[in-house]
Amino acid sequence: MKPAPFDYVRATHPDQALELLATAGDESKLLAGGQSLIPMLNFRLARPAVLIDIGRLGELSYINRQDGTLRIGATTRQAQLERSKLASAGWPLLARAIGWLAHPQIRSVGTVGGSVAHADPAAELPVACSVLEARMTVASRSGKREISADDFFVTHLTSAIEADEMLLEIAIPAAPDGAGQSFVEYSRRHGDFALGGAAVVIPLDAQGRCAGVRITLMTAAPVPWRARTAEKLLEGELPGAQQLAAAAKAAASEISPTSDIHGGSSYRKALAQTLCFQALTEAAAMATPPDVTRVGK
Amino acid sequence: MTLSTITIDINDQAYRAEVEPRRLLSDFIREDAGLTGTHVGCEHGVCGACTVQLDGAPVRSCLMLAIQAEGRSVRTVEGLSDSPEFHPLQKAFLDAHGLQCGYCTPGFLMSLEPYMRDADEISEQGIREAIAGNICRCTGYQSIVDAVQIAANEMRPQEDAER
Ligand SMILES: Cc1cc2nc3c(=O)[nH]c(=O)nc-3n(C[C@H](O)[C@H](O)[C@H](O)COP(=O)(O)OP(=O)(O)OC[C@H]3O[C@@H](n4cnc5c(N)ncnc54)[C@H](O)[C@@H]3O)c2cc1C
Ligand code: FES
Ligand code: FES
Repeated sequence: MKPAPFDYVRATHPDQALELLATAGDESKLLAGGQSLIPMLNFRLARPAVLIDIGRLGELSYINRQDGTLRIGATTRQAQLERSKLASAGWPLLARAIGWLAHPQIRSVGTVGGSVAHADPAAELPVACSVLEARMTVASRSGKREISADDFFVTHLTSAIEADEMLLEIAIPAAPDGAGQSFVEYSRRHGDFALGGAAVVIPLDAQGRCAGVRITLMTAAPVPWRARTAEKLLEGELPGAQQLAAAAKAAASEISPTSDIHGGSSYRKALAQTLCFQALTEAAAMATPPDVTRVGK
Repeated sequence: MTLSTITIDINDQAYRAEVEPRRLLSDFIREDAGLTGTHVGCEHGVCGACTVQLDGAPVRSCLMLAIQAEGRSVRTVEGLSDSPEFHPLQKAFLDAHGLQCGYCTPGFLMSLEPYMRDADEISEQGIREAIAGNICRCTGYQSIVDAVQIAANEMRPQEDAER
């Protein structure tokens, strides 16, 4: 179908976009890459009165590293993040996640900020933000604030961004020294939204025991799901197959995914357990105690 | 709602039209510019039939407003070859039966041409990833993959082929 009529303004500066948001309020919507919003307009699931196009705001398109933290501007294209050596060197999990995200034709236009703001629990970047404990900077005309990934994802397709706010930046802190990282997912066809997935960070202490493992499950709940019970289970343990299997089982028992035409709840739970175990095994194999890495360098 | 006059460069020619903001790029290309080589299948981003290139990168023209492409450079299947001869990729599609009904073909060509241009090495895996977002209901994809490999050999620089 075709979208219902709307007015269109192309923002030329982030402050102008915030000004427009403040005055147009609920009637308006930000348009970044449009790869989620335009399908919704075409289906007439969304009928905003005004679209504020932030897609050409070069000020918000950047990837850099400051004091170990990776900073990604909201309008950075997904394809740019995919190609970023800076990102893949320190956060291999991000590169893996992006490889699963839709298709080249979508990533060339879709933005990092748009995907995060869209807050789909079946999307790769929100899951990566959750497990990497990203911090989101949002702004309105009256100022800026920073939101942790835990607080940012509120429910299915809903983030903590208020109607007069815009996401400016995603900041991803350095992963702990020597930590193993993994991202696995399953979908029927490459590029489709995932039926299940898991992202894992495994830091080790000097004795090679798990210290601060993070596990986030994809498509498991209305938000990217931090499997805290499973994380605690691994604390202080050696990452052996038995411990990892127990953790994967615990992670899956925390969730009750909804059934749909693509897969029932019990299937999705079993899938979550399998993928979680895969991700844990992969990350554990990569992980090294912190001092060993330094000697290696 | 206001009409805007926009200009979009398509295949190195400027097209100017007065459009509503909701005009999709796919409709601008087909109806305002009259270039009907670009096909529209699903109109919500899943089939890839409408794929064109925006500043060289493959994009879905049904998921972009014409006004978003204002002042930018679009290339459609009509722009693949600037002579009466087919582009080597088109020729290989013909030779390897990379098409049957042809509905999907412009989208495949416009997705594959940038892949072939940018890839360090053409591989079956790479080809399949490049076209994962394009649906073909006729060929079963194998003959499309074959066509790309034929074209890649054809297009390889001469010195390389003699080694
Ligand atoms: C066929 C198809 C397959 C796809 N497959 C996947 C997939 O496998 N995995 C996946 O993760 N995604 C997938 N996507 C979605 C794609 O990744 C989108 O690009 C992304 O979700 C949205 O980014 P965008 O820049 O296009 O945002 P838009 O569509 O422009 O915006 C999305 C929403 O976010 C809001 N928004 C955008 N930017 C900001 C900002 N800076 N501040 C506040 N709000 C903002 C908009 O108002 C809108 O509500 C797919 C899309 C299609 C069409
Ligand atoms: S018509 Fe655009 S993707 Fe199907
Ligand atoms: S040739 Fe008929 S859909 Fe591809």
